[in-house]
Amino acid sequence: MDTSVQDSGWEAVIGLEVHCQLNTESKIFSAAATHFGDEPNTHACAVDLGLPGVLPVFNHDALTKAAMFGLAIDATIAERSMFDRKHYFYADLPKGYQITQWTYPIVARGHLDIEVDGITKRIGVTRAHMEEDAGKSLHDAYPHMTGIDLNRAGTPLIEIVSEPEIRSAAEAVAYLKKLHQIVVYLGICDGNMAEGNFRCDANVSVRRRGATEFGTRTESKNINSFRYVERAIEYEISRQIEVLEAGGKIIQETRQFDPGTGETRSLRVKEDANDYRYFPDPDLLPVILEKDTLAAIRAAMPELPEAKAARFQSQYGLSAYDATTLTAERALADYYEAVVKASGADPKLCANWVMTDLLGALNKAGAEVDLARSPIGSAALAGLIKRIADNTISGKIAKDVFEAMWNDEAKGDDAADAIIKAKGLVQITDTGAIEAAIDKVIADNPSQLADYRGGKDRLFGFFVGQVMKATRGKANPALVNNLLKAKLAG
Amino acid sequence: MHELSIREMSEALRDRRISSRELTQHFLDRIAHFDARLNSFITVTPERALQQADAADARLAQGADTAPPLLGIPLAEKDIFCTEGVRTSCGSKMLDNFIAPYSATAVRKLHDEAGAVLLGKCNMDEFAMGSSNETSFYGPVKNPWDETRVPGGSSGGSAAAVAASLAPAATATDTGGSIRQPAALTGLTGIKPTYGRVSRYGMIAFASSLDQGGVLAHSAEDAAYVLQAMAGFDPRDSTSVDRPVEDYTATLNAPLKGLRIGLPGEYFTDGLDAKVRVAIDAATEVFRQLGAEVRPVSLPHAALAVPTYYVVAPAEASSNLSRYDGVRYGHRTEGATSLEELYRKSRAEGFGAEVQRRIMVGTYVLSHGYYDAYYRQAQKVRRLIAQDFDAAFQQVDMLLGPTTTDIAFKLGEKTADPVSMYLNDVYTIAANLAGIPAMNLPCGFKTVGDAELPIGLQLMGSAFTEARLLNAAHQYQQATGWHQRRPVNFE
Amino acid sequence: MSLGLEQVHQIATLARLELTDEQTERYSGQLSAILELVDELRAADTTGVEAMNHPLGMTQRLRPDTATEPNRRDAFQEVAPAVDNGLYLVPKVI
Repeated sequence: MDTSVQDSGWEAVIGLEVHCQLNTESKIFSAAATHFGDEPNTHACAVDLGLPGVLPVFNHDALTKAAMFGLAIDATIAERSMFDRKHYFYADLPKGYQITQWTYPIVARGHLDIEVDGITKRIGVTRAHMEEDAGKSLHDAYPHMTGIDLNRAGTPLIEIVSEPEIRSAAEAVAYLKKLHQIVVYLGICDGNMAEGNFRCDANVSVRRRGATEFGTRTESKNINSFRYVERAIEYEISRQIEVLEAGGKIIQETRQFDPGTGETRSLRVKEDANDYRYFPDPDLLPVILEKDTLAAIRAAMPELPEAKAARFQSQYGLSAYDATTLTAERALADYYEAVVKASGADPKLCANWVMTDLLGALNKAGAEVDLARSPIGSAALAGLIKRIADNTISGKIAKDVFEAMWNDEAKGDDAADAIIKAKGLVQITDTGAIEAAIDKVIADNPSQLADYRGGKDRLFGFFVGQVMKATRGKANPALVNNLLKAKLAG
Repeated sequence: MHELSIREMSEALRDRRISSRELTQHFLDRIAHFDARLNSFITVTPERALQQADAADARLAQGADTAPPLLGIPLAEKDIFCTEGVRTSCGSKMLDNFIAPYSATAVRKLHDEAGAVLLGKCNMDEFAMGSSNETSFYGPVKNPWDETRVPGGSSGGSAAAVAASLAPAATATDTGGSIRQPAALTGLTGIKPTYGRVSRYGMIAFASSLDQGGVLAHSAEDAAYVLQAMAGFDPRDSTSVDRPVEDYTATLNAPLKGLRIGLPGEYFTDGLDAKVRVAIDAATEVFRQLGAEVRPVSLPHAALAVPTYYVVAPAEASSNLSRYDGVRYGHRTEGATSLEELYRKSRAEGFGAEVQRRIMVGTYVLSHGYYDAYYRQAQKVRRLIAQDFDAAFQQVDMLLGPTTTDIAFKLGEKTADPVSMYLNDVYTIAANLAGIPAMNLPCGFKTVGDAELPIGLQLMGSAFTEARLLNAAHQYQQATGWHQRRPVNFE
Repeated sequence: MSLGLEQVHQIATLARLELTDEQTERYSGQLSAILELVDELRAADTTGVEAMNHPLGMTQRLRPDTATEPNRRDAFQEVAPAVDNGLYLVPKVI
């Protein structure tokens, strides 16, 4: 939270609702595909369209994935959960109701730990329930009409509801990032926020520091980036304080964040007439998750970030910092472990190459290139590191080879070898050849030799440079050092 | 030809004594000749019917040994079952323009798998809400026994068509009596199976936890043949039961000796017409003579069935009918300038008064502040009603009682007073609430003026005892001849 | 329980049914009579009785997660009142 708010004597109370799309192949209640970005309404089957007479049948993997999430946040998983209907009319809600879990959700009472400014805080997760996503309304496609695309309708979601225990925008972002990391790690959500895989509604209210009652809250809907969540919450906190300090009242309403202005604006006032008329969906029966099934799901869960970081420290001898960095994303951790395995080299050397060179290059390349689209795959990087380990090339030459690989001068897992061969970069380890180069350098630079022998030690670097230049950088640096020292000594 | 039983038609087709085309044409001709009087069909599908008949004849020509029993037999469908490529209106203006883009599982099983021929789609109360077939957008259906009277509802078109022999049998659905009550009023045998026995996929939903598809036919044997082909597990319906279907025709002739029949005292009270009571008593005596043991039983919560139903059914209906919004299919108002206006007008124009009433009752009982007092309370009473049946079936194998309090009433007699119409279902609703199988069979006639009007009796069994019910009904029909009577004006 | 005109209007709004004044009046009487019929329920003793959502005591069957539905957009949109370029059209939602 920014200091002006802290100084103001106000405190923010924030609760987040996250809609996380489960990455199943088919929809939650139909066998239509869940692809994103295809022609409108091509993945909307009879069930998704709510044609007369159709019926829902629940997707096995949606249940498994939701349960997995519950286990990851140490929550209670309901042995018996139920689906309810939530009624409202909207053009992209085909049946006039959404199938969701109201009274008996699959996941309840979990938590996760976040860290802000070095302080760890536990945030409670009230519940997480399974439901179907709505379609999309396209407002800009026509001047007087709205277009409806129902491809997204029926995509499985879990809605994750936090306790109102978050106190600042920074905590909110830390919570969301942690949640995002968990669902992506678990492999239950693709986590692509721009595509709407992971969306957040932020409930924000403020109250006088020390007060125990909650203030009136507003809900900012469907925010789809961490940065926007932070800005929306910061804006909303300041706006509410301003209103209250001016003697005004906060209206309970839904607001929308506009990334262009960085402001939230009122979307609609929560009317009392909005009555969702929840009742148990008679087309669906109680969902039973037997203890044995749950145990099997638990056994099949992938390793979570904290456990993985601890293992990286013990198994690979990495520092806590390196282990945390390498396990921040599951894809990166997998990449690193693949490099270690394929290269057979020192895990620390591998960590340096992945963290410094690979991540450096990815950062420099910007948003268009991520790990999945890296021009250097794990096997190719392992191929390069292998050549450092077996002294075929020096670390310095390796940087040039890496750059050539990045620029696609050779492709495939053997790219490093191909470049080393094509450019003749194999390290010179033949002492005879290096001695010959040294002899020539000494012979060509009599005055520098005299100065060195006269006590100017700094000139050693000059000789090293000359020798490396003469061997076009390929001489083994350690050998050059040793041999040169002996020769210069006379 | 139209007086043959389904078994006899099937044998004649196999023996090549008649062709499916001849049989189908015969019924199409009867529909063309008589239905202007009855209004029992919303859509007749002659071209499709003759195509299917020719296909059946081609299969029969290749050898009748492996042919399913219904191959080449014409049937009518209640217009609540989606039939791909055919208008499926559900009796509503809302779906007047709806050519179904897919077929209900029951339709696929009957026509695609069993090879039955589709004659057309039968009239019905709008969205199956009604007990007289007077709420249909396509106008009322007349009772073939007396054309000034209703055929019952909601499957009134199916009932009238079969009663007048415009079709050998018809599919129907039953949410609170919509198979059994019209069967009683038109002298037919009608069976509502156990909830979950016939797939609801493609059967347009009225009240999802009560709706069940079944059959209207002349006899228990005919009903057994059709139900056999319709029933079975469907992975597209979460409430479909994964359990083998019994061979309904195989046990029709089993003796009834030792069958324990219960007479629920609550079904024989003052509201029951004296002549109907006499007919039921006589039928009870027939069962006794067939070897059944008859004893009184009690269903203490029977009186609460109607109020329970008129909370649960409208609640589910209000939800199920939310999808009719004029956006993806169905009626859409002209010239709406906002989405809200589109909804309000499309739905007001597309739904008739009875449907609107039920949507509003359902909306009300589910709304905030009323849910517990109405909906939850009704679902609790529903359990008490179901427990009454459980207790009764500890003592007896099946229950026997009236299907309706009286014979068919006059057209227009009850349309002004919804509540008096609702009370028609007083004996039939409980079976839907409990999900148990129940059927009507004709057991006599009451003379009113010049007209003879059928009286029906109801048999109810515990879950999945359809074979036993059909067996009892068949034995009764072997001993009596009520089911063979036909209305005189449809020769 | 009887329903006044204002209540009928509210319910109709919730259910998205446009009613004329005459209809509102008629429904007010009819719906009140129906509610009177169902009001009998409220007197029933249901202490300790579990609500019965469903006639059979079954549990939900799970469908394997495979996408098998073909694209049938053209067939489905043939019955749609207004479509363009594969989109369903409604009056502009602001």
